[in-house]
Amino acid sequence: MLLIRRMFRILKPYWLMFLGAFLSLAFSSVANLYSPMLLKRVLDEGVIGRNLSTVYWGAGILIGLALVRGVFGFTQSFWSEKMSQSFAFDLRNKLFEKIQTLSFAYHDQTQAGQLMTRLTSDVEQVRSFVASALLQFISAIIMMVGSLFFIFSMNWKLSLVALLIIPPSLFFLAYFMRVVRPMFSAIQERLGALNSVLQENLAGVRLVKAFGREHYETERFGVRNESLLDMNLKSVVAMSSSFPLIFMINNLGTLAIIWVGGYMVMSKEVTIGELIAFTTYLSLLSQPLFMLGMIAAQITRASVSNERIFELLDTKQEIDDAPDAVEMPAVQGAVSFTHVSLRYAGSATKVLDDVSFDIPSGTTVAILGTTGSGKSSLINLIPRFYDVNDGTVAIDGHDVRTVKIDSLRRQIGIVLQETTLFSGTIRDNICYGRPDATDEEVHAAAVKAQADAFISEFDQGYATIVGERGVGLSGGQRQRLAIARALLLDPKILILDDSTSAVDAETEYKIQQALDALMQNRTSFVIAQRISTVRNADVILLLDAGKIIGRGTHEELLRDNAVYGDIIDSQFGHQLAQEGAHL
Amino acid sequence: MMHGIRGMAELPEGKAANSSQSARRLAAYLAPYWRTLLGIVGLSIVGAIVTALGPVLIGKAVDEAMATSNKTLLLYYMLGLLGCYMLGALASRYQFLYMGQVGQRTIARMRSELFAHLQQVSLRFFDQNPAGDLMSRIVNDIDVISQLLGQGLVIVVGNLFTLVGIVVAMLLLDIRLSIASLILIPLLFLMTQLFAASARRAFRKTRESIGDVSSDIQEEIAGVKVAQAFTRTDVNRERFAQRNAANRDANVSATAITAAFGPLVDVLAAIGLAIVAGYGGYLVITNQVTPGTVVAFLSYVQFFFRPIQALSQFYTTAQSALAASERTFALIDTPVDMPPTANQQGSAHVGGAVTFDHVWFRYGARVGQGGEGDWVLQDINLSVEPGEMIAVVGPTGSGKTTLVSLIPRLYEVTQGTVAIDGVPVQAYEHTQLRHQMSMVLQETFLFSESVFSNIRYGKLDATDEDIIAAAKDANAHDFIMGLPHGYDTVLGGKGVSLSQGQRQLVGIARAILAKPQILILDEATSSVDTRTELLIQTALEKLLRGRTSFVIAHRLSTVRNATRIVVLDHGKVVEIGSHDALMAAQGMYADLYQRQFVPMTQPATAAD
Repeated sequence: MLLIRRMFRILKPYWLMFLGAFLSLAFSSVANLYSPMLLKRVLDEGVIGRNLSTVYWGAGILIGLALVRGVFGFTQSFWSEKMSQSFAFDLRNKLFEKIQTLSFAYHDQTQAGQLMTRLTSDVEQVRSFVASALLQFISAIIMMVGSLFFIFSMNWKLSLVALLIIPPSLFFLAYFMRVVRPMFSAIQERLGALNSVLQENLAGVRLVKAFGREHYETERFGVRNESLLDMNLKSVVAMSSSFPLIFMINNLGTLAIIWVGGYMVMSKEVTIGELIAFTTYLSLLSQPLFMLGMIAAQITRASVSNERIFELLDTKQEIDDAPDAVEMPAVQGAVSFTHVSLRYAGSATKVLDDVSFDIPSGTTVAILGTTGSGKSSLINLIPRFYDVNDGTVAIDGHDVRTVKIDSLRRQIGIVLQETTLFSGTIRDNICYGRPDATDEEVHAAAVKAQADAFISEFDQGYATIVGERGVGLSGGQRQRLAIARALLLDPKILILDDSTSAVDAETEYKIQQALDALMQNRTSFVIAQRISTVRNADVILLLDAGKIIGRGTHEELLRDNAVYGDIIDSQFGHQLAQEGAHL
Repeated sequence: MMHGIRGMAELPEGKAANSSQSARRLAAYLAPYWRTLLGIVGLSIVGAIVTALGPVLIGKAVDEAMATSNKTLLLYYMLGLLGCYMLGALASRYQFLYMGQVGQRTIARMRSELFAHLQQVSLRFFDQNPAGDLMSRIVNDIDVISQLLGQGLVIVVGNLFTLVGIVVAMLLLDIRLSIASLILIPLLFLMTQLFAASARRAFRKTRESIGDVSSDIQEEIAGVKVAQAFTRTDVNRERFAQRNAANRDANVSATAITAAFGPLVDVLAAIGLAIVAGYGGYLVITNQVTPGTVVAFLSYVQFFFRPIQALSQFYTTAQSALAASERTFALIDTPVDMPPTANQQGSAHVGGAVTFDHVWFRYGARVGQGGEGDWVLQDINLSVEPGEMIAVVGPTGSGKTTLVSLIPRLYEVTQGTVAIDGVPVQAYEHTQLRHQMSMVLQETFLFSESVFSNIRYGKLDATDEDIIAAAKDANAHDFIMGLPHGYDTVLGGKGVSLSQGQRQLVGIARAILAKPQILILDEATSSVDTRTELLIQTALEKLLRGRTSFVIAHRLSTVRNATRIVVLDHGKVVEIGSHDALMAAQGMYADLYQRQFVPMTQPATAAD
């Protein structure tokens, strides 16, 4: 209920549209309800009472009522749609904004598909509830109460006959909700299962062919196709009984009214016009019943979606500017960690445990350690992607929590392990962090990143569209674009998560050159994958289980640290061995 | 009614290039059910007659029974009406039932034919048609066709006859009133078509704009970390708000059209009612018709609009469905470019000798590009003994993957012959050929199933013990045991997501389980750390004793162990030989090798 109230709060700016839609609904309902009464007068006083002017006058009013109904019917659907679309617009913007600001920790734990669903189908579910269900509910109530009022005003005995259709209708409604509706969700489920076999078959076609599994796949698909067919046939049986039954109930009601009413016409208790009006009201009475059933189903679905939407909106933004945060002054590049500990949410162990170091500006730092030793966590603390649990991370003496996040991150260049490219031109991607960069700057960054050569080979050059809808780039090419992107920022601090990617030796050589260019004249933190990086580093931090167990230059560590030797051996053993063989 | 026009407008657009051909072919699918369909037509006629009869009986009851206070006559008419309603309900029940069954069975058959055919089509087709496009095409098209076959046909048949029945009944009752009632029909029909056309235009815009919105969402969610790292969130937010607003505005203007349609039809119906009431009233007063006739006409006019609406909606549905079936049939008709050979000479147990004899290969003309495409492989000659380990190296785009794809005949050579044990691959039955070799690709595809099922894909009749043994050999056992449900953990799109390296280990376990005579590793360990790679290599060495293998790797350390190394450049073999021989030759291999290590050795030399 609280959630519904919050939903209405988002609707508040659009209250005028809601009022318009509501009043339109009220007017068109009244016009709708009054039409059978008018028809009755035309029949009784005009046709049977043989008064031609009443007939013409009545027919004219009928058209007039229809026009009123038409105009208000239009304004009602238009305004309610406009209101609901505006509502969805606001909701989507809010959700998008939230997703953009939620911390790395949140995104680590949440699947992209789930977030996608919040912004698309969940919003649509709530929107369609706002657009139609609410007003339909009001409309159904008005129609039922209005119809009852008019029939009882004409003849209470015949009204009781009309009421007879309500119990069987309710009974049927219950049957429909309990038996037929679950079939629809079962069909959807089985269709989903069938489609996922199809989807995986198409996506994994190489694997299917390489293992010669065509028959197996056809069988897998066949089983699900059969099961879907079964459910579809079941629902066909249920539906083919349901719809004729709805008509039947209504028809039997009409029959009862005409039959009983016929006797009453003979005894002059009711007129022919009243009889016909009764049959019309009968349908106005039974329709809302079914509508209420449908709305009930929609409410359940919408409230589940509503809940999920607000759950996301309510997620605490773990990393935010402090109230008294100041702009980060121009960064010089000194980085210090003081007794830093970090533990991820939901995890019992610390990924970083009492880590301290001071790095003067202009230093190249290589970070070394086995998988899971905390290398990525360490570098992620510098731009404050995560907040420490204990200790302080400071840049040029400023605790990162005391400065505005944007002003901090703008001065740090990052090449992440996964190179994400966005749909757009190559140029757009390179100047992602600085949309105002000139063509010359973009070109210069690409040249330094060893990317200009392959970019120039495309027909469209820097205007070539990449990303999902564009040309495919190889892993090595993507990585060089990511390096160019970071170079363009010309940051004083550079963070590099240099992963092994499947590139051939020549590309690897080029990337190495690009990285060398990137690291010049800055403080660089590199998760090292190449022995050369380790050797060239001013200082190496050796991590194990979240603790720093060694620091110094390559030579110093080789001499003093046994673990370092082991790690160098396991990670770079081949490279060293090959060098030895070659030298 | 509003939903009607909206549903129509939201249908995928399209006109079949050859409607009558698609219609004939669709009809062929229905042909086996012709007896049932005939029965449905019969039921529709019964339904139409009783529907048309109802108002007549009510009219007669008013004129003859009520006016004369004849209770017995009223009883007869009412019993007649009861009979009509009962018959009508029964007729419509069985129409729905039979048509629904026919429709669902036909759709199921179409689905399985389509799927079975797609299994026959070669990789060349899938290279040119991305999986995502194919998927959405198939799902949408089948959905549209099932709208037609599932409900569309029964509604149109039922309504057509109902309409005919009502018109006949009206004409029999009174010609003048009939004309007065029918006068608005052409207008209604025209209006529906006009609205449908402009609504479709409007909804095309909403479809495009929602497409923009969702692709934006998808991309920004995937790239949210980069956006935060580069402080782009404000720019992104603004761009999203713009696209979001465009979608809202497109929807609102589309609604202006659909929201007007319902009320307009309503007004039209009311005018029809008013005409009948007015003109009918005049005729009654001038004693030309009875009040009962007017009562009957009043209910006909109200009946009337539904079938007309349904019919003009059907026109739109049918158009879309025909276009959809044309596309579906085109898929079913995609030529199988590697038909199974008639006279199979290939053995079910190959020894593992592989020969390439003057092999040339190029991919066919790509979509949107003319010509034949460039040669990917040129005049490849290679003879591999059983048990050899062949490494294939070369720069990106030199044809390494293509070369090894020809061995399981994933593609057909353009010229020359690929033979296994001296028998050309074309002479083997597809599955027989491929069951004797395993391919481990760089991108390991995982199904949304358990770890067990995913590994079992390599050998369908493997026991759980076999699978665990294979996983241990592939060094995957430890991380699998760390998953929430061990080997029963569901992976893939709907399950636990694995790192690239872990996926590769599963792929290798799959291949180990298959115990193939020929093993092909295409960058199979590229994302596995060097230490694990070493362990896997040891396991593979054991497995590969006496078996042939082809290895594509970027780490030259992996390559060194090969019996022979094939160096490819621009689709040509430039060097073949052992590591030592090639190093001594000072050719391209030596060059590649130097290039990788020279920048690292320099500082070392300086330090030394």
